[in-house]
Amino acid sequence: MLEQLSPATTAREIKKNLRRRWRFGEKFIEGWIFLAGILTIVILLGIIALLLKEGLPIFLDTPPWEFFFGTKWYPVSDPPTFGIMPFFVATIWVTLVATAISVPVGVACAAYLSEVAPAKVRETVKPVIEILAGIPSVVMGFIGLMLLSPLVQSAFNLNTGLSGLTAGIMLSLMSLPIIISVSEDALRAVPSDFRQAAYALGATRWETIWHVSIPGALSGITAAVMLGVGRAIGETMTVLMVAGGALAVPVSPTEPMMPMTAAIASGIGNAVRGGLQYQALFAIGLVLFVITLAVNLVADRVLERQKRKFAR
Amino acid sequence: MKMNSVLSNIDKDKAVDRNEVKLRTDTVSLYYGSFQALRNISLEISERTITAIIGPSGCGKSSFIRLFNRMNDLITGARVEGIVELDDIPIYDRTIDVVELRKRVGMVFQKPNPFPMSIFENVAFGPRRHGRYNLGELEDIVEKSLNQAALWDEVKDKLGQSALSLSGGQQQRLCIARVLAVEPEVILMDEPCSALDPVATLKIEDLMRSLAENYTIVIVTHNMQQAARASDMSAFFMMEEDRAGVLVEYGLTSELFTNPKDKRTEDYITGRFG
Amino acid sequence: MKARAIPTRQLSQRAAFSLIIVATIIVVIPVLVIVLQIILNGASAISWDFLTQAPSQAGKAGGILPAIVGTFYLMLGTIVFALPLGVMAGIYLTEYARDNWLTRLINLAILNLAGVPSIVYGLFGLGIFVLLFHFGMSLLSASLTLACQALAMTVTTSREAILAVPREYKEGSLAIGATRWQTIRHLVLPQALPGIITGAVLAMSRAAGETAPILVVGAAFLIPGLPQSPFDQFMALPYHLYTVAAHVPGMPKSTVWGVALVLLVVVLSFNILATIIRLRTRQRRLNA
Repeated sequence: MLEQLSPATTAREIKKNLRRRWRFGEKFIEGWIFLAGILTIVILLGIIALLLKEGLPIFLDTPPWEFFFGTKWYPVSDPPTFGIMPFFVATIWVTLVATAISVPVGVACAAYLSEVAPAKVRETVKPVIEILAGIPSVVMGFIGLMLLSPLVQSAFNLNTGLSGLTAGIMLSLMSLPIIISVSEDALRAVPSDFRQAAYALGATRWETIWHVSIPGALSGITAAVMLGVGRAIGETMTVLMVAGGALAVPVSPTEPMMPMTAAIASGIGNAVRGGLQYQALFAIGLVLFVITLAVNLVADRVLERQKRKFAR
Repeated sequence: MKMNSVLSNIDKDKAVDRNEVKLRTDTVSLYYGSFQALRNISLEISERTITAIIGPSGCGKSSFIRLFNRMNDLITGARVEGIVELDDIPIYDRTIDVVELRKRVGMVFQKPNPFPMSIFENVAFGPRRHGRYNLGELEDIVEKSLNQAALWDEVKDKLGQSALSLSGGQQQRLCIARVLAVEPEVILMDEPCSALDPVATLKIEDLMRSLAENYTIVIVTHNMQQAARASDMSAFFMMEEDRAGVLVEYGLTSELFTNPKDKRTEDYITGRFG
Repeated sequence: MKARAIPTRQLSQRAAFSLIIVATIIVVIPVLVIVLQIILNGASAISWDFLTQAPSQAGKAGGILPAIVGTFYLMLGTIVFALPLGVMAGIYLTEYARDNWLTRLINLAILNLAGVPSIVYGLFGLGIFVLLFHFGMSLLSASLTLACQALAMTVTTSREAILAVPREYKEGSLAIGATRWQTIRHLVLPQALPGIITGAVLAMSRAAGETAPILVVGAAFLIPGLPQSPFDQFMALPYHLYTVAAHVPGMPKSTVWGVALVLLVVVLSFNILATIIRLRTRQRRLNA
């Protein structure tokens, strides 16, 4: 039994129900979600703004040339001088040592785990690497202090085992997990067709790895290396505890030295808020920020390119 | 649009009810970015009929039915030209609440997609979102919907079990019950049986018959035999050279399959391509 | 009779394989040495008193309870800020963000934040929370600083967890007239929860081990009593380890190793917890 409603009335009724609702609860929550979404940008901009605000003024006192290339960091002398070469060179030394160790070892280990190792071995080694990745940097610094530095001291006949070399070795341990993990992913991303083709031509497994897998994964491995380098540059506690803390520009890795991160960490406690040393430390922070930013950005670009290379 | 004269195997009494047009498209074209998926589709679907959308794969059948519940909106770059109406109301108007629209126009998908919850929770999900929280009320709704979906007897003792423990055919009927629970007016079905075995398929076709007494059903199907035996009206779509889908022929199923007016329809039905 | 010569290609393969195995051993051995040394040298210092008493004699005797408590407060404080914001940002990126410049900028920001050195986070916390907001050297400042550092991780893990929820569920929900937020709240988030929690636990573990930021922002070496409010100063395990290892002469060796052991146990147990959650959800999903 159909009701005798005129089509117009029915349509109006239905349209009223279909009309757009203002769902206030929904809008409220979605507003907060949006704010949370842009929070990361806000924080990043905040970091940049703060570093600039607190760090740039140092260049009013110390001209950039003197700041970046000066070799004397005497914040308490009269007048104080702020040259960061000792820190910059120290960072380079420890990073070099760390990279020289962690890259060959890490890539080789990644090659073993992804191409050669039987599953059982992989399943045992991967958790060990994850444990390594989880060890806090202060613990690494502590181990370097207690176990490694006496060894280095006696091996090289030094006055103190606290040196760039010691720090570099500990840093290499800390860079290994990321280098191994990213390299492994890169190697695994090389399509198996390439390897099959090589085997079909009579290549041995190693020849395939060396001539096919590794070249195919090269951009990923490069990215891994860069991420490892970025990690080494930015690490603080390990170098603070183990690199020695000397203020002279180091000419050899066996000297005690103070990389940029350690310089900030050890100086910031004493610096008068807003004073020259404070500004200088923030300026070093700015330099650090820019360097690690650049390294990580390039690494990410390289990784994107590798992903696209093999996208099917 | 009076059709009572030609509905031979359908109850003549019901013919009067079927005069109202439920869904209408008027020269509708659908674009995904710069790609045209549908071109100038015009047809009218009467209420409480079963309309089958048939045609070769890729010709836009799924995109077409998604016009009616605006699921194409979820795809970035999707754009609709022309008019799509539900009960004479243009649904692509900016004043329309899409959420309310989807309550009235429900959808069952090709691969059964029950939520990872209990059977009860699956069916109660819709009503709960629309404001029904009273447990007694929900229990009634769940029982009624599962009955309508011909699933109640099979699951009434295990409503608390995970929906994923059901067979494929049961899962699909559960998805139908889930749609029924929000009391829609139209049920869109996108190849609902293609992932099911023949026995389950027949059960669903029977189910469609009983549902058509109260709901308007539009079903996309690859299976011509299914279209021929289960639908009242059929719409044959095809893809033109630029890959845009067009409506070739639309009419009574009995006529379209025995006496197609367009040669392309005839070729498809006789299997010369597809 | 011709002697069986091993072809050079096989020889070089064997040599190469030995080298990469050696490399793997070089990776594994130090980890074992470190963990074993800490356990062996530190175990003797561990006692009920050590874990439940406050330090005495300027830290040379007594226990490290305040440091343990401080660390737990820090972990809690970090996650209280970083988790909700991280989840919401993850929801934004997966459900609401369109493919435009803003989204690309957000992703870029996340990447950059993940690579900022921890000492720079310390400077940020100092300038903003300690000084600008006037929270002072306190638990609150330190928690907020560590939360900023953890945010990149919580956003990333939340986003991945939400993306892992099959699209069919979302489609099914929207198709019966649920709103976007309803779909997220009642369907997507519950499904993504294990992944989100795993990320949260990992972030907490990381916060427990961070020293450089709290060194700049509020950790102290010896504080009488436990922090009573978020504005109090606090002790923390990593900072305690740093100080007694490098700056307190006459410290009994075993005590220092003991502190390292406690810190290691805290950090690693949270890592193991995260792994357990991850494996158990995978198992449950396979069984469903």
